[in-house]
Amino acid sequence: MKRTGAQLIWEVLTREGVDTVFGYPGGAILPAYDALVGYENIHHVLTRHEQGASHAADGYARASGKVGVAIATSGPGATNLVTGIATANMDSSPIVCITGQVGSAVIGKDAFQECDITGITQPVTKHNYLVTRAEDIVRVLREAFYVARSGRPGPVLVDITKDAQNQEVEFIWNEAPIALPGYRPDLSALPEEFDRAMQLLSESKRPIILAGQGIIMSGAEEELRKLVEAAHVPVALTLLGLGGLPDGHACNIGMMGMHGEAWVNTAIQEADLLIALGMRFDDRVTGDLATYAQNAKKIHVDIDPAEIDKNVKVDVGIVGDLKTVIATFNERLKPQKREAWAKYIDESRGEAEQHDILQAADEGTLYAAHVIDELRKLTRDDSIIVTDVGQHQMWEAQYYAHNQPRTLITSGGLGTMGFALPAAIGAKMACPEKEVWVIAGDGGFQMTACELQTCAQEGLDLNIAVINNGYLGMVRQWQEMFYDKRYSETPISSPDFVKLAEAHGLTGARVETVQEVAPAVQASQGNARTILTEFRVVPEDAVYPMVPSGKALDKMIRRPRKEPAIRQDT
Amino acid sequence: MLNPNEPIQRRALQRQLHTFVVYAEDKPGVLSRITSLFRRRAYNIGSMTAGHTDVPGVSRLTVVLESDDAEARLIEANLYKLVNVLKVEDLTHVPAMKRDLALIKVKANAEARPQVMQMIEVFRARIIDVAPESLVLEITGTGDKIDGLLEILSPFGIIEMVRTGGVAMTRGSKATTVHPHFVHALVPQDENS
Ligand SMILES: Cc1ncc(C[n+]2csc(CCOP(=O)(O)OP(=O)(O)O)c2C)c(N)n1
Ligand SMILES: [Mg+2]
Repeated sequence: MKRTGAQLIWEVLTREGVDTVFGYPGGAILPAYDALVGYENIHHVLTRHEQGASHAADGYARASGKVGVAIATSGPGATNLVTGIATANMDSSPIVCITGQVGSAVIGKDAFQECDITGITQPVTKHNYLVTRAEDIVRVLREAFYVARSGRPGPVLVDITKDAQNQEVEFIWNEAPIALPGYRPDLSALPEEFDRAMQLLSESKRPIILAGQGIIMSGAEEELRKLVEAAHVPVALTLLGLGGLPDGHACNIGMMGMHGEAWVNTAIQEADLLIALGMRFDDRVTGDLATYAQNAKKIHVDIDPAEIDKNVKVDVGIVGDLKTVIATFNERLKPQKREAWAKYIDESRGEAEQHDILQAADEGTLYAAHVIDELRKLTRDDSIIVTDVGQHQMWEAQYYAHNQPRTLITSGGLGTMGFALPAAIGAKMACPEKEVWVIAGDGGFQMTACELQTCAQEGLDLNIAVINNGYLGMVRQWQEMFYDKRYSETPISSPDFVKLAEAHGLTGARVETVQEVAPAVQASQGNARTILTEFRVVPEDAVYPMVPSGKALDKMIRRPRKEPAIRQDT
Repeated sequence: MLNPNEPIQRRALQRQLHTFVVYAEDKPGVLSRITSLFRRRAYNIGSMTAGHTDVPGVSRLTVVLESDDAEARLIEANLYKLVNVLKVEDLTHVPAMKRDLALIKVKANAEARPQVMQMIEVFRARIIDVAPESLVLEITGTGDKIDGLLEILSPFGIIEMVRTGGVAMTRGSKATTVHPHFVHALVPQDENS
């Protein structure tokens, strides 16, 4: 059976179970787009920018656990993918990006729209390939999917020359086995390390589990729940770990880190044992390393051996898949109770809650917290929230309650503004039956707002909440706290969001008071198409608590009890 | 992770030259992936050499850099994350031979020549080219030995010099030492032995 290289691309995607790809055509990828017409099983979503395509593939992957696919042409098409690739790389999201490349005969000649995309993406991909012959396409694409989803997942880019897409070759599926002699995603733990870990746990009086995204990627939620219940250990979550243990679970004490809960950070500093599961001790969760959990022994479990001892030197490092490792813990575990420790954490939680803005007297001022709190009440446990980057992202993490895995999709490691809308498009394509919310700031939303038209063309039902504070709020907050309130280039104007939505053929709404929030959320839920609701919130609120960058984790700036000024009308 | 039974604190803090042998698939771009890794993670390469092995399709690199043991394990782990890397050995704490090769063009007119020849003999270097006013020498040995010869020759005037950077191999009949975290690491030849 003869096939062109271009057809082979879609043959492999079909066999990999791909139903949706996100992309943008152009010269060097034209043969692939031409061949796509013959593959009705694959739905192509035309994003309005290739960055949107790579974020959408990422959102698709995070919502579904399957590999997301983005496709673009050479040169500018390929470079536009890069931000999305780097975002996926930092958060270990499995995506495969396929780019067209100029003909192999002119590579290196600065041909029109030539660009060394494998060179550019080398540091931000798990692996990448340049394919110049049609006969390599099947093997390479199969390898790309396998590498992207196995071990510690990540992005893989496959750059395919135009002549390779045009060549005809014999296609026999079984004759393209993957050939990855150096790739070993299945490292397994050493037995001695389990013995040491179990011993440390049984000796500990004040242990804490630090659970990260690894729990969700490994599908280890059930194992984690059994572990914490049997060993009676409080669990702190990273931003990307939210949903790994239900928010309502008695052992879940909340989010850690720069904007984590005060009692969580304090408890980490006072613990005698940290058990880090699928998290990587990012500087945003540790604060100053020299003063981090100084009296705690540390156990670190990760699938990536290069994470062990990278930022925090540990006493026991276990390399392996969390689901299997925690299951082994559970087999060996002797049930324990640690009432005093649990009670201690509960008490400090009670104290901290008095700082909360939701406890403050209602002066009619609309805070972002009110919006998130209402969303928490009115959405379902399986609703997916996709956030952008900034203050609203942290407020979402603080005030929403994630009770299921894969219900929060957010750019953690790279902190990419503009992520939310395109990633939500990907999430909705992956889970069409689920309610999907975008929560974005007025700044970040404007970075990829062109994707509103993608929602329109696809007839998608997204719920978009733009938290408009008139500022690049998170940066303004740093200027307020650390740069003497010099608001250099952080005030930002916005288009009329209602008209913007309408211009795209969508619905727009605006909310300015606390009373309007719940009806607006319900109206959005009732709308069968994409609807954008702008929430005009107080301009100069800050995210509390805050561990200043590089400071000890328990040296948090707390919310002043005196209320901030009522918002001035702009 | 460091072996809990070892006195990690003392050893980990000690910085010294580490010699890694890296086996990698012989494919386009592999060298660039390895150097890119060192650049990105801010590891400072002292020297790096690359060449073929007896196994077709497998290249072998020797990388020398200064680090402590904890960082060395991370370097090893990061090298393994490169899909084309087959196996990594850290030869720092095992008996191994390390060799460097240098070509040295030194000034040597009729007057100086006998003296230069004497030095060459002491260091077991070889003359590989003779010109009226200069000689070209070849020397292999440890880095220290080559440094020593260079120091002694410098008063005569070194016109040009090139060094390959170190290559290394373990002593004895056993071929490899692999960190227990990376037990799956294999090069094709291992499977037969
Ligand atoms: C692409 C990109 N550029 C710049 C930044 C730096 N940055 C982080 S948060 C932020 C402000 C975001 O403002 P907005 O979207 O309005 O959200 P808010 O913080 O006001 O909720 C900026 C500029 C970033 N994270 N990403
Ligand atoms: Mg803003």
